[in-house]
Amino acid sequence: MPSFVKKPRQAPGINTASLPDIVFILLFFFMVATRMRETDIKVKQVLPQATEMEKLEKKDLLSYIYIGAPEKRYQKELGTAPRLQLNDQLADVEDIAVFVEAEKEKMPDENRAKIIMALKVDKEVNVGIISDVKTELRKANALKLTYITNKRMEEN
Amino acid sequence: MGKKTRGTPEINASSMADIAFLLLIFFLVTTEIAIDEGINVVLPPWTNEPPPPIETNNRNTLIVNLNARDQLQVEEELTDVRMLRDLTKQFINNNGVDPHQSDNPQVAVVSFKGDRGTSYDMYIQVYNELRGAYNDLRDEAAKRKFGKEFTELTDTTKINEIKDMYPIRISEAEPSEFGAGTK
Repeated sequence: MPSFVKKPRQAPGINTASLPDIVFILLFFFMVATRMRETDIKVKQVLPQATEMEKLEKKDLLSYIYIGAPEKRYQKELGTAPRLQLNDQLADVEDIAVFVEAEKEKMPDENRAKIIMALKVDKEVNVGIISDVKTELRKANALKLTYITNKRMEEN
Repeated sequence: MGKKTRGTPEINASSMADIAFLLLIFFLVTTEIAIDEGINVVLPPWTNEPPPPIETNNRNTLIVNLNARDQLQVEEELTDVRMLRDLTKQFINNNGVDPHQSDNPQVAVVSFKGDRGTSYDMYIQVYNELRGAYNDLRDEAAKRKFGKEFTELTDTTKINEIKDMYPIRISEAEPSEFGAGTK
């Protein structure tokens, strides 16, 4: 006669051997997806603060122009007058037209007209150089512009 | 006494997951997905002709000047930046009430001019306030009409309606040469 008394079953242990693999895949994903800052910024960048900005979510349309006085460690060779930085190199206002063309070249055709020049400008720079930059951008027909600023906390 | 044949001891891999998790969390935390924020501007296309002179006596133009010492002048009066937003809003939204201010928001133009010596910080403060005035007015209009803030609107016809009510018309003149030599 078969006995109906069940043996107390032990919960089967879950095999966790594949867990590290899963986690490693995640890990590799983040290692690859993490983009380290590729440009070394050689000019001072203390951005002004504002309240009326919009989020710039279309990163692929942005091309950055950095303006500021050279950092302390570069001042010996470069002086203290505000300079432009395009990609990795310090440049002059006249180089903008070439830079805009190069940046447009990198984009897919349909996006070229939508290029947005993102100006990251140090607080202490004078408006004169920015005005020169804007004139060059107008000549290069890159009319969309954004001043990158930090968010200002309201005082009240 | 015979030795038992020892099997290779199994390596306990349960801590492997912990190590990997630690690394994972490290990368999660250090990954920077910062989105930049900026004030968007559209420049006028380049022409070789000189721009038309600004009609300074026109009631539909608000003259905002910044000098090389970062002093702000609105309609030839020294003004504090904190006042600028309200002044601009009043000017734009006058709708013909005050004879010295604009006829309606569609024709109101803010003419903004700096010196080459003006600091970028001050320039942005002023530009921010001018933009803020327009944004505030748009928000108010959107709330009145649709019960939502302007930025929360999703329907493009509604957005365009508000945009047409308050078109952003900030004209920037080339900065004057004054203060060009100073840092």
